[in-house]
Amino acid sequence: MTNHYIDIKNADVILIMGSNAAEMHPISFKWVLRAREQRGAKIIHVDPRFTRTSALADHYIALRSGTDIAFLGGMIKYILDNKKYFEEYVRDYTNASFIIDDKFSFNDGLFSGYDAAARKYDKSTWAIKLDAKGIPEKDPTFQNPRCVLQMLKAHYSRYDLEKVSSITGTPVEDLKTVYELYASTGVRDRAGTELYALGWTQHTVGVQNIRAMSIIQLLLGNMGIAGGGINALRGEPNVQGSTDQAILSHILPGYLKAPVASQTTLEEYLKKNTPKTNEPQSANWYQNYPKYMVSLLKAWYGDKATKENDFSYANVPKLDDGQDCTVLNMIDKMYEGKVKGFTCIGQDPAVSLPNANKVRQAFANLDWMVHVNIFDNETASFWKGPGLDPKKVKTEVFLLPAAASMEKEGSMSNSGRMLQWKYVAEKPPGDALAVGDIVYRLVNKLKGLYKNQKGAFPDPIVNLAWNYADGKGNYDALGTSKAVNGYFLEDVTIGDKTYKKGQCVPGFANLQADGKTSSGNWIYCGAFTADGTNLMTRRKKDDPTGLGLYPEWGWAWPVNRRIIYNRASVDKNGQPFDPSRPLLKWVDGKWVGDVPDGPWPPLSDKEKGKLPFIMKPDGVGALFGPGLAEGPFPEHYEPLEGPLSKNLISSQLNNPAIKIFAKECDLYSGCDPKYPFVCTTYSCTEHWCTGAETRWMAWLTEAQPQAYVEMSKELAELRGIKNGEKVRVESPRGKVQCVAMVTTRFRPFQVGDQTIHQVGMTFNYGWLFPKDCGDTANLLTPTVGDANTMTPEYKAFMVNVTKV
Amino acid sequence: MSNGKSVLVDTSKCTACRGCQIACKQWNGLPGTKTQQVGTYQNPQDVSAQTWKLVRFSEGVKDNGKPYWYFFTEQCRHCLEPPCMDTIAGYVDGGAVRDKETGAVVFTGKSKDAPFEDVRNSCPYNIPRQDQKTKVLAKCTMCLDRITNNRIPACVLSCPTGAMAFGERDAILDVAKKRVEELKKTYPKAVALDADQVRVIYIVVDDATKYHKFAAA
Repeated sequence: MTNHYIDIKNADVILIMGSNAAEMHPISFKWVLRAREQRGAKIIHVDPRFTRTSALADHYIALRSGTDIAFLGGMIKYILDNKKYFEEYVRDYTNASFIIDDKFSFNDGLFSGYDAAARKYDKSTWAIKLDAKGIPEKDPTFQNPRCVLQMLKAHYSRYDLEKVSSITGTPVEDLKTVYELYASTGVRDRAGTELYALGWTQHTVGVQNIRAMSIIQLLLGNMGIAGGGINALRGEPNVQGSTDQAILSHILPGYLKAPVASQTTLEEYLKKNTPKTNEPQSANWYQNYPKYMVSLLKAWYGDKATKENDFSYANVPKLDDGQDCTVLNMIDKMYEGKVKGFTCIGQDPAVSLPNANKVRQAFANLDWMVHVNIFDNETASFWKGPGLDPKKVKTEVFLLPAAASMEKEGSMSNSGRMLQWKYVAEKPPGDALAVGDIVYRLVNKLKGLYKNQKGAFPDPIVNLAWNYADGKGNYDALGTSKAVNGYFLEDVTIGDKTYKKGQCVPGFANLQADGKTSSGNWIYCGAFTADGTNLMTRRKKDDPTGLGLYPEWGWAWPVNRRIIYNRASVDKNGQPFDPSRPLLKWVDGKWVGDVPDGPWPPLSDKEKGKLPFIMKPDGVGALFGPGLAEGPFPEHYEPLEGPLSKNLISSQLNNPAIKIFAKECDLYSGCDPKYPFVCTTYSCTEHWCTGAETRWMAWLTEAQPQAYVEMSKELAELRGIKNGEKVRVESPRGKVQCVAMVTTRFRPFQVGDQTIHQVGMTFNYGWLFPKDCGDTANLLTPTVGDANTMTPEYKAFMVNVTKV
Repeated sequence: MSNGKSVLVDTSKCTACRGCQIACKQWNGLPGTKTQQVGTYQNPQDVSAQTWKLVRFSEGVKDNGKPYWYFFTEQCRHCLEPPCMDTIAGYVDGGAVRDKETGAVVFTGKSKDAPFEDVRNSCPYNIPRQDQKTKVLAKCTMCLDRITNNRIPACVLSCPTGAMAFGERDAILDVAKKRVEELKKTYPKAVALDADQVRVIYIVVDDATKYHKFAAA
């Protein structure tokens, strides 16, 4: 989240799209409903299915799965055509006035530079024109037809109400309701927030869904303000922490980039990843990148990381150039038999990953699997699952019992980037250990083996500092957390302050690129004060701004800032655009309110003032965003499996930059009458994700006992299905039996001249337990992912439904 | 003298997360029973000796053609003049007791000697149930063991949105009145159901029967 849960209460309009907030993030609704109760906020829910979120919304608006960009593109057009944007903000704080390179173009669904054979773009023409000084050319009057604002307008001119309605299946009146209401926040004294989750990410255009909304939030001046922002409601309580700590293949902790093979030296790596700017008032915060990377290497390799050996950069694993190691590719390689071993911690991929039959087959090609979990699940027991003969599966599986969250000490990072420290409530049962402890012991063992038996390249393991134990040699969560925060490794003087060797680094602005500091994750630097006080344990309920920031409750990254990009909430003179929600204010040469995005004075100080979007090289919000795989402006493409044979807005049916998998089990149905219905998948409140933890809990399985498929009365009638009957749902990849839930909460969509039916299923169930609960909806989902992140397209694919 | 305690259930803030349903079972040591998916989110299908708190789901279509989905987190209303108590008293002494201080109505082990159907039929809300084995009657106790020890009922504690509140009856009535007035601006049918007769007061925004047949007396 750019903002945080409590801040939702400050919004005037709450758009929930790509999320079923009430069901998946129940606590978010405390604040959603408080905004309505206290400010008269309006709640809009846009979703293919009427859910418990819709039930409490002021407006429920239906759209067909996978058409969010069309919906949002129409809103962008509405805002621009009706001049609903916040002009001062758009002019000064976004790249709206920047002039786009002459060679950039867009034609019939494709941007300039497309290579059809490679399914990739050459992005060199997706650029901003620079003047002789290397500064972006601008037209603050927006007259230049090549300025971003005009180009944005031209791009979305095709997204008129009728066109959008024909694609999304949303009635024109409903579109107007949302556009008018949400665009009403494009003024100083109104705030609009957006809550999304997997309903936006799990599409082949997932990132662009979020980009489209980011454009809207920038146009309306809703970024960086109280009650605004674009807010990803994260999954489990600590999933924010897991990405912060880089449990992903393309990044290192703190979202530093994973090195690639061609970056053979630290210098090459840093050169590639440290952005430069000539924009005089841009803070370009990532110019500090070397400090964070060197401090990370010092945290990992300690004294072994020296200036002379590139701080052990050579020890860091490198991706091949262009290599993608995300989970779909990992499974694909396993399926090919190219992966021998698999360590799986706290997941149930046999239920959670798409095309589950492929996944389960892939596991059978492994030599070994180490599974760490609090219960057995369909992954650990895949070898005795449906369709597999235990005698023929060679994979050796080790199931290590883990401590549950309340059985271990540590930090939890919530969606609002807030870290809260928790203590052990109860010792773990039997041999169960905290996952940190398991990993700690495992690597110690590996270090010993490499030390004694050498191996091809022992340094990366043998030289690890691995100083995560207490004085008695036991894994120490607090010590590990301090190592993540980072230490001064020598006495260091910064400004008029001298820090002693061994003190904690109190904030990443103090990190050094010369090896004098360590930090296992720069964004977490500052969670401890120099004297080692753990700020994550704070529980003070003071709220000086009255905006619910509670600055002394826990600690939020970065540097305890509760709302990021908060310099965008004030005008050039540092005065809040909305005095009734003063997130930040420049008073007597000082910032008052939230922790500002950098200490500099307001923008009107031409010498020292800085632009608000400090993480962007240009210092402004990117309406034109050239970094993504499929284009600088989001464009509507149909899901890989959709009900239409033609995209109604261009000749390009699917996202041109997605990878198409081609194993014999990677079957896809285009517009095939055998699979006529759109299907989407989701979780329910009562189970968590695959249900691997919750299905063992009798109270929860009592509440949601078995797999079900929700469908409209119209579809049920078409197929002769009655509520509560057993049905079969089938895709080219598999079939599942489950219970039909016939409901008025799903309605057929009128799309173009077709009536399109959509159904929805949960993926909360698996064959292991309870025995009669059914199996996962992921037996049906396709192996295909977003062009940028490879997040699977769980939310839109095609099925058939028949009575059993 | 105090007017005892009350619980407010503002259904306009209920997301049907069912935290209350589970919390009730957790605190009162009630088992999860074997259920089946029968085509609704509601499960178990009804209150029972093992389920004292149940979120009921009712869906339909509004006049404007849009769907509605109403949630009604059912439990004993703890009537000011509980007919179940009178019925039980007609057969057995002390089968049901009312806590003087809070007003909570609790069935005791002696209730096994009262005719179950009569007791059930005497309740306008169809709440009392019987344990098949022990024949003891069962229902929500307002968490009497908690509320007499400075704790709020488990269901109220679990509610993430503040749809449920617990407190002095007079204060709860006051909150209910103000909330209904506020809701009426948007929902003219908003009402606090049977507020004069029960301790567990439900605020609904549409006809009570659209929530549940026995939502109101």
